[in-house]
Amino acid sequence: MKPAPFEYFAPETAEEALALLAEYGMDARPLAGGQSLVPLINMRMAQPAVLVDLNHCCELAYLREEEKMLVSGPMTRQRELEISNTVRAHCPLIAEAVPHMGHATIRNRGTVGGSLSHADPSAELPGVAVALDAEMVADGPNGRRTVPATEFFLAELTTALEPDEVLREIRFPKAPSGSRAAFAEVGSHFGGLALVGVAARVDLDSAGRCAAVALAAIGAGERPARLSSAETVLMGEVLGEQVIAEASEAAVIDVDPLADLHATAHWRRRAVVAMTARALREIADGGEGVAEVRR
Amino acid sequence: MTARRDVRVTVNGRAYTRNVEPRMLLVDFLRHECGLTGTHVGCAHGVCGACTILLDDVSIRSCLAFAVQAEGKEITTVEGLADGESPNALQRAFHENHALQCGYCTPGFLMSLTEFLRETPDPNEAQIRERLSGNLCRCTGYANIVRAVRAAARRPRDEDCAP
Ligand SMILES: Cc1cc2nc3c(=O)[nH]c(=O)nc-3n(C[C@H](O)[C@H](O)[C@H](O)COP(=O)(O)OP(=O)(O)OC[C@H]3O[C@@H](n4cnc5c(N)ncnc54)[C@H](O)[C@@H]3O)c2cc1C
Ligand code: FES
Ligand code: FES
Repeated sequence: MKPAPFEYFAPETAEEALALLAEYGMDARPLAGGQSLVPLINMRMAQPAVLVDLNHCCELAYLREEEKMLVSGPMTRQRELEISNTVRAHCPLIAEAVPHMGHATIRNRGTVGGSLSHADPSAELPGVAVALDAEMVADGPNGRRTVPATEFFLAELTTALEPDEVLREIRFPKAPSGSRAAFAEVGSHFGGLALVGVAARVDLDSAGRCAAVALAAIGAGERPARLSSAETVLMGEVLGEQVIAEASEAAVIDVDPLADLHATAHWRRRAVVAMTARALREIADGGEGVAEVRR
Repeated sequence: MTARRDVRVTVNGRAYTRNVEPRMLLVDFLRHECGLTGTHVGCAHGVCGACTILLDDVSIRSCLAFAVQAEGKEITTVEGLADGESPNALQRAFHENHALQCGYCTPGFLMSLTEFLRETPDPNEAQIRERLSGNLCRCTGYANIVRAVRAAARRPRDEDCAP
């Protein structure tokens, strides 16, 4: 199968891109890395009449450090996140999660904004954004607005962006030094889309107790879920086996997985428990490395 | 019909200009417009890696880019690896280690590994296997491909133009 015909624009500024999206409305789609959109176009599951290619908008690709935030442009490649020392130093959870996203060749091309705007319920980066309380900056004909990550992902492949808006910037709060992070996921094969994954960030105080906890699950509902009940169990506790087991069981309270051809809802719930435990154990052990299991 | 565009690219050091529809995939441009049929189409949705090429020295799936997006860029395909009639170190390692059977997947593996060995000249087994996860081979069972990558990485640089 080959793509249906479309009109192609390659604007060089974000302003031009927004003007084109406003002009063509529902007929137009922004094209970022193309790693999700082009497969859909090739299979004719998507047939946009107009493609607005963002790859020439150099101003949309950046990674910047602010006092409290790590700031990414939408067109920053996933590969940039993976190799950046700034990301590893200030948002270790991102550094832990990105190697799980497809393969090196996909990350060379795939973008930060594309992954977040696509909003696949199994995608890692939306889970990270929800765990870190990232701020999503939308830009459109009515100007910019900031949407918290927890309100950005609405349902499967659906975000709070309007058709004439783009995701203009993503702002990740920096972790305090000593903060630990882990990302645990289970899938059918390495680099494949996750079945279930859990993103975890824990700040420990000088006595080794949990001073701040952020947990989010992917692949366990139509959007990433913040695991607040598990977070509550952990607050103020030292990360021991007993507490980890209790918190992991509490994780299912906040997920609502659906059955599909890959797994039953029950299996996904148990996988959330297992991945929560795996991520927390890794954090207890120092929070180094990427946990990956194969089914 | 949508407006056709001129696409000017350099492929393996040679300049090509063709007038194509925006919907033409880069892989089809290379195969049908440039006549470079070494780059294969396995799935056309990004999963198999058979269409992997280097765009400005970075590996990409050429089935997930449109030819118009390559305007002004430099492309390397499998045809660009050998030095005239002599295969390069990586190609020879594939040959010597029997890392292919039907060969359909091979151009994609070679292009992905060309970038990999440039960035990771001395890879360990886990790194090799992680990198290979992005390309599918239905014949070899991968063991000989892993062996070939190890052999190519070990080969002294001065013995051949490094991959
Ligand atoms: C073989 C393979 C394996 C993969 N495995 C994984 C995986 O394990 N985990 C994972 O998370 N992903 C995976 N992916 C998907 C990949 O991460 C994509 O890169 C990502 O989902 C989309 O990013 P993109 O830049 O390619 O966006 P595109 O494909 O270009 O766009 C995706 C969607 O977002 C819209 N969009 C893009 N940018 C913006 C913007 N700035 N504002 C508004 N809308 C925008 C587009 O219009 C489109 O609807 C895989 C892809 C492939 C081909
Ligand atoms: S043909 Fe491009 S990845 Fe399969
Ligand atoms: S050699 Fe036949 S698919 Fe790899």
